Amino acid sequence: MNFTLHIWRQKNSQTKGEFCTYQVDNIDSDTSFLEMLDQLNEQLIEKGEDCIVFDYDCREGICGACSLVINGHPHGEKKATTTCQLYMREYVEQTELWIEPFRAESFPVIKDVLTNRDAFDRIIQAGGYVSTNTGSAPDANSQLVNKNDADAAFDSATCIGCGACVAVCPNASASLFVSAKIAHLDRLPQGKVESDMRAKNMVRQMELEGFGSCSNHRHCEAVCPQEISISNITLMNSLC
Amino acid sequence: MHKLNSKTPTGDIEKRWDKHLFDLSLIAPQNRAKYNIIVIGTGLAGASLCATLGESGYNVQSFCFNDSPRRAHSIAAQGGINASKNYQNDGDSTHRLFYDTMKGGDFRARESNVYRLAQLSGNIIDQAVSQGVPFAREYSGYLANRSFGGAQVSRTFYARGQTGQQLLLGAYSAMSKEVASGKVKHHSRSEMQEVIIVDGKARGIVVRDLVSGKISAHTADCVVMCTGGYSNAFYLSTNAKGCNTSATWRAHKKGAFFANPSFTQIHPTCIPPTGENQSKLTLMSESLRNDGRIWAPKKIEDCTKDPREIVEEDRDYFLERMYPAFANLVPRDVASRAVKSICDEGRGIGTEINGEKLGVYLDFSSIIECIGEDKVRAKYGNLFDMYERISGENPYQLPMKIYPAPHYTMGGLWVDYNLMTTINGLFAAGEANFSEHGANRLGASALMQGLADGYFIAPRTVANYLAKNKLEPVDLNHPNVIQAIDDTKERINKLMNAPEPKHSPDYYHKKVGRILWGACGMSREREALKSAIEEIKALQIDFWQNVKVTGVENDMNQTLERAGRVADFIELGHLMCRDALEREESCGCHARLEYLASDGEAKRDDENFAYVAAWEYSQKGTILNKEQLNFEFVKPSVRDYT
Repeated sequence: MNFTLHIWRQKNSQTKGEFCTYQVDNIDSDTSFLEMLDQLNEQLIEKGEDCIVFDYDCREGICGACSLVINGHPHGEKKATTTCQLYMREYVEQTELWIEPFRAESFPVIKDVLTNRDAFDRIIQAGGYVSTNTGSAPDANSQLVNKNDADAAFDSATCIGCGACVAVCPNASASLFVSAKIAHLDRLPQGKVESDMRAKNMVRQMELEGFGSCSNHRHCEAVCPQEISISNITLMNSLC
Repeated sequence: MHKLNSKTPTGDIEKRWDKHLFDLSLIAPQNRAKYNIIVIGTGLAGASLCATLGESGYNVQSFCFNDSPRRAHSIAAQGGINASKNYQNDGDSTHRLFYDTMKGGDFRARESNVYRLAQLSGNIIDQAVSQGVPFAREYSGYLANRSFGGAQVSRTFYARGQTGQQLLLGAYSAMSKEVASGKVKHHSRSEMQEVIIVDGKARGIVVRDLVSGKISAHTADCVVMCTGGYSNAFYLSTNAKGCNTSATWRAHKKGAFFANPSFTQIHPTCIPPTGENQSKLTLMSESLRNDGRIWAPKKIEDCTKDPREIVEEDRDYFLERMYPAFANLVPRDVASRAVKSICDEGRGIGTEINGEKLGVYLDFSSIIECIGEDKVRAKYGNLFDMYERISGENPYQLPMKIYPAPHYTMGGLWVDYNLMTTINGLFAAGEANFSEHGANRLGASALMQGLADGYFIAPRTVANYLAKNKLEPVDLNHPNVIQAIDDTKERINKLMNAPEPKHSPDYYHKKVGRILWGACGMSREREALKSAIEEIKALQIDFWQNVKVTGVENDMNQTLERAGRVADFIELGHLMCRDALEREESCGCHARLEYLASDGEAKRDDENFAYVAAWEYSQKGTILNKEQLNFEFVKPSVRDYT
């Protein structure tokens, strides 16, 4: 397969960026999207040029490091999939690809298509935890948890913190990310105790970081690689 | 030869850790704020350690190369975490978990350490549940367990196929609490370059800011490395792309002994590679072996057929045939070697690469028939989805294709019972150290060890070190600090300006990976190892002469990051082969073809090789030190899984 790639190149957060066009040929259909970019970077090294910088790590859809907006879609069009788990066989029809960073004021571009998502860490620091210290825990089975509650908590806890929900939202709201953590802990007796304070503190931090508010576009839910439901946002709002 | 002192306590094994805890010196709460500790890496060991030290009142500086602590590769662990809670009343106990771990490791681990790990396993589950880790539960509300990786008891706790993610997020949230309290100062996108040693003690590190390229020194009272394993030496592995040996290797070159580097675990159930440009391999959780049946066609001519067209009598369920008692649940090393032998016979299936078909089937049709697709989906849904995303095939209809891949490294920095390396004040925790798994790690034991080290062991032993040593602050202008910065800059300069730049870092990484996979992978043999050692030496010279790094050093430059890591993998690869050559026996993962029983099982030589190989770096040639292993509480037996 052959592709024409228009890739966002930007030197740093202070300079303006632009699309640069590259050609990659003879790509095997079982090649992953990021492996295709690896091959482009190998070509750039051969030519003596600076490589395209992008975030990646586990390449199995769980670490949340990879990002990219591909032809207008965060993590590409494929449902419930991160960029690292896209394969070029999905792109038989689209041989011209536009590759951009996640765009949001609170995720400034560091270089090329790589952004700074530290704001998410600071939101977790504002309250995304149970205030338990090491060594103080009672026996794990001393507090029973209804299976449905545990399963629902897991569904929220599965968030990988990639930020696609922010990138797709017209308001650049982080509501899905924030509410997933709030809901995860609210649904368990261990987390319930601090729920109100946690929700207020995390939402306040989200606003301080410059993320917008939710106005029910529901694009976040559609784009989320972990299929986290916007019902989490309803729960968050009820706690705030 | 250096005299290795493991500082292992004596007496009843059940009481050793308690006795040791009492003997360790304490620091009073009001004095803890006077101490500074550096923690490198934020996986399970690092994040749990940062949280615990912060809660106790110490000042912690933490560093990771990712953009957030939550990205550490612990996040990808799927299957579960062991604990000898005996909630299922099936005869589990601390002693049984201890024994199973010793036996699984083929009697190449230290008894005292392994017993302590088993003792602490239950506390880890308590801690995680209190943090809100959503483990699987029964309808009764009690925690669910499953049997995992050949264990004959159900002691594995799990959170669907994302146990590592949930445990890491638990540790990360606990760490975040301490970042908020100000006790932990965290630095993301920061890679350790050198350890700073003053008066024989680790007193800091040199770090490269991966965004600006700026080099800076950070000093403290001691340093803990929680930097994970080195499976990426093989290039293709199940590890995240960024996982590397650089922190441990550079510590090794400053005096930390590297133990058992050839003890690398090959995981039997990974998705086979499909082409030359593949960048990593993905593991399919071992839990799938509980219900999936592994087979290959009996006849070579069937290997290209649709598997559904191969009738039952033409299928070879080879693990069931070879190991009737444990069948599909034999330990990882045994299963991996069996799969390899089938493919070596020419009975592999799947994409042909370089004239070989490397794959066998993992088939769920029996269990789907037995309990129905819905129940199978409830158990393994996310794993099946993941397989389909990667392979493009539906495992509910077609059997999965699997092949072994490098996954975990039992080897690592040598540590004593206090998790301290041979450099005073330099500790290593989690996969970065060699400790508990001997020559082979059991499934669901990596998460257990990382968290035992981080939550319960290192916080106590680090405090003891600080209490016992009088440490004056180290000035940033100290000559050893300046020297470490200069060494770092010189090294980067060399990488940026090779005399005849020709090939990318990945080119060299693939080369060293191929050499290691061939000579130091699932089976090892004297002559192959000897020639691999020579090849790696030549590759090292080639690398420093011809590596091509584009861009500049004082900017974000992932090519430069990779080049630095590959340079270290090449040197480590050399030592892996030397270690494998030196160990003239087979044990656990280490299958020396010259020392295998006729059924393919490892033939240990306890008389001559019941030791930990601890390698001491020297520019004149690395020296082998031996820590003899004594077995007082378990009798080394022949691992027999037939």
